[in-house]
Amino acid sequence: MSALRELYQEVILDHNKRPRNFHRLKGANRTAEGYNPLCGDQFTVDLRLEGEVIRDISFVGSGCAISKASASLMTDSVKGKTAAEAEHLFDKVHTLLTEEHKDEANLDALGKLAVLSGVWEFPARVKCASLAWHTLRTALRGDGETVSTE
Amino acid sequence: MSALHRSAVTRWNLAPPQFDVWRIREDFPILKQTIHGKPLVYLDNAATSQKPQIVIDTISRYYATDNANVHRGIHALSEMATQAYEGARETVRQFLTAAETREIIFVRGTTEAINLVAQSYGRTFLTAGDEVVISAMEHHSNIVPWQILCEQVGARLQVIPFNHNGELLLNEYARLLNERTKFVSVVHVSNALGTINPVKDIIEMAHRRGIPVLIDGAQAAPHLPVNVQELDCDFYTFSGHKVCGPTGIGVLYGKADLLKRMPPYQSGGDMISVVTFEKTHYNTLPYKFEAGTPNIAGVIGLGAAINYVQAIGLDRIAVYETELLAYATAALAGIPGLRLIGTAQEKAGVVSFVLDCAHPHDIGTILDREGVAIRAGHHCAMPVMQRFGVPATARASFAFYNTPAEIDALVRAIHIVRKVFG
Repeated sequence: MSALRELYQEVILDHNKRPRNFHRLKGANRTAEGYNPLCGDQFTVDLRLEGEVIRDISFVGSGCAISKASASLMTDSVKGKTAAEAEHLFDKVHTLLTEEHKDEANLDALGKLAVLSGVWEFPARVKCASLAWHTLRTALRGDGETVSTE
Repeated sequence: MSALHRSAVTRWNLAPPQFDVWRIREDFPILKQTIHGKPLVYLDNAATSQKPQIVIDTISRYYATDNANVHRGIHALSEMATQAYEGARETVRQFLTAAETREIIFVRGTTEAINLVAQSYGRTFLTAGDEVVISAMEHHSNIVPWQILCEQVGARLQVIPFNHNGELLLNEYARLLNERTKFVSVVHVSNALGTINPVKDIIEMAHRRGIPVLIDGAQAAPHLPVNVQELDCDFYTFSGHKVCGPTGIGVLYGKADLLKRMPPYQSGGDMISVVTFEKTHYNTLPYKFEAGTPNIAGVIGLGAAINYVQAIGLDRIAVYETELLAYATAALAGIPGLRLIGTAQEKAGVVSFVLDCAHPHDIGTILDREGVAIRAGHHCAMPVMQRFGVPATARASFAFYNTPAEIDALVRAIHIVRKVFG
């Protein structure tokens, strides 16, 4: 039960139930869609990019608790950051999701995103947790294509 | 088995006394293990079935003592391999009650069988303006090959709808059949909903207009007796790995007169009789459709699997699984917030469901930690999910080696999901 408790932490369950920034964004100038065909998770991420800065961000769609909470946490944590900072955070989150993390300091640096630390023990769920992040990166790079984590 | 498991059985008095599931479970080594410290409860049989020791041993013995190529060598091993290979073809013929062994074609699985028919029959006999009828509850493998064919020849795909229980609307089907309809391809048992379709009626209605019919039996062959002559279907397909056999081997049954008129699907060795650079003469049935060295071990393993399930008896398996399904349906219906997807009158051992509090993928993860293996997703039937307005479902699917105690374990695990997400 402990690995499960690690995965489904309170913050995750809360963001799943009450996702933040969960709406289409008025005045968005970047949009991307993400899709995980394995489980049918589908998210649209809207951005308002002013110069290099993510002035506002939102998402809509449907998915499992892990994908939805990760998307919600992501919108909170990249708002106000530059595109480069967001990309850097993407890399750190990717490491968090795929590797065992022994260094508490690194976890602290991730702030709320550290609640995703339980995912690495569930390899089948990594794509759930990373779907929104891949979608954000596509939106930032302006490729405009549907990304898939399959 | 634990005392806990046994006590559940005493509560369950429906099982035919002669059906000794505990004895049968002894034949499946994989079922003895624990997953995350819990006894494995394998309820993903619609994805693939487990293999009894006899199938594992047969394949192993083939490689250890009989391995040689078939239909070629004049040495003893090749003769033994050929005999075993062709013996399995006869086993399959009996399993399907086909008229002739040459009507049994070995393929990789149901997917390849449907592709073979779509390409070989479809490209030969369908032209622009023709129509192919499938149903709205098809697996992607009985949709996409027909879509590709339709693009190639300029034909149109027509789809039989189903009602909110997951039952095909035969009156709508009757309306779809017309002089342009040149082929009907319908699933026998739905993998996502468990519906057993009235395929005999479906075939008869098409035949009144002279339209050939393929029945996708991937989910039927493991659970019900199938008699292709009684059904009078033109083609029937199933996959070995869902009938306790190995992966990578499956069967296409086709009526000999149709198969004879169809061109080869793939070409190369074994499917020829004479090759010169000017002209190649094709081999006779069934070899015309079996190009290259076949999956010999797979075929022999499939033969062993069919012998195994037939020794138990498909009719007894069907009765037992129907009772398991009834037990599971009643048990799940008592869980608050659970909605069954697929409530047809005629159903095989599949329960698809959604919970109001948790996504199927989250259900799957939590159940797995309890040792309960189910499928979460769209089950390669996305149009079915769209029809019910859900992105995915959780699906428990049963085999004859499952027990009511395992369904109790499923129910307990779902209650844990509800606790986590409550």
